[in-house]
Amino acid sequence: MIHTYLQLAGLFASLSLLSIGGGNAVLPEMHLQAVRGHHWMTDSQFADIFSISQTAPGPSILIVTLVGYGAGLTVGGVPGAIIGGVIATVAMIVPAASLMYVVTLFWKKAQEAKWRIAVEKGFAPLTVGLIMATSLVMSRAADHDWRAYLLTAICTAIFVFTKANPLIVVGAAGVIGYFGVV
Amino acid sequence: MSEVEAGPDKVSLLELAWTFNHIALASFGGGLSAWSREVLVVEKEWLGEAEFLSAMTMSRILPGANQVNIAVFAGSKMRGFPGAVAALLGLCLMPVVIIMVAAYFYFRFKEIPAVKGVLHGASAAAVALTLAMVIQTGRKCLTGLVPVLLFVAAFVLNGLARWPLPLVLLIVAPLSLVWAWPRERPA
Repeated sequence: MIHTYLQLAGLFASLSLLSIGGGNAVLPEMHLQAVRGHHWMTDSQFADIFSISQTAPGPSILIVTLVGYGAGLTVGGVPGAIIGGVIATVAMIVPAASLMYVVTLFWKKAQEAKWRIAVEKGFAPLTVGLIMATSLVMSRAADHDWRAYLLTAICTAIFVFTKANPLIVVGAAGVIGYFGVV
Repeated sequence: MSEVEAGPDKVSLLELAWTFNHIALASFGGGLSAWSREVLVVEKEWLGEAEFLSAMTMSRILPGANQVNIAVFAGSKMRGFPGAVAALLGLCLMPVVIIMVAAYFYFRFKEIPAVKGVLHGASAAAVALTLAMVIQTGRKCLTGLVPVLLFVAAFVLNGLARWPLPLVLLIVAPLSLVWAWPRERPA
């Protein structure tokens, strides 16, 4: 049990510092470790908790709480799961937040610095590519077929071209899934 | 010019935590960044507009969730280190409790076909939410051949080839910095 908790803490503490562009950028790596590396959950369970974390309030990074919960559940039942969720959350948030705190102190003094300009401009395309990779990996993990791809395309158009509340769109897609259309 | 007036005094740690709790809970279904701006810049006037934008950029570049980093930025501006901790706790505490409850019900009832169906449908929309972010941010930064190549490299190596992220960053990040480094333009 302790072994699992140490694995959780180690994995998320390192992913925390790699999560450039937000938590979504490390989802492919998280998926690889949680499903294939440690066998904490199945492919489709990972896709399910992704949907839950996207819909729930708060930072989207809280998918790690669910991964930690799932990992803890396999070794310690519900109490073990709650401990796993807390460990994963703290491990994911504290390292990156500490770094942010330190950099905040320096950032304001560096308005004209070349490194600041280079980082601001250069990392944007890279980050968008990583987020795009996330979309693909999630789609595959959820075992989507052409009907699900179509639903994704329609929902994407709605998000891009309208100001619809994402919760309503996700809910509507859930209803469509309930009736077995996708 | 409101960034000059927003002083680091007067705001209590409890108010910081409560404000970020409010921002987090209002964002049910997404849009946390938009809510952050609405509350921090418009309502509370803790951050100026430009200050908020540069904080957003910094949050996006540094590791960590954007919203978590904004909380650290605003919290440390208002009350230093204790303020950053208060803002973080306010942002995360209730959402963690809510998501734990959701996790309990999910892992208990996940084998029910109806639950699987709902989540399968919802996952299509969740992917769409991520894709929409790609399109919205991509429109702003993919404005030439080199940035498009950097974008494609990151996508192909991490998404298609499934190379580990550290390796992908080791390859693509230096190229990105070389491309974006400001050069002296000959007059």
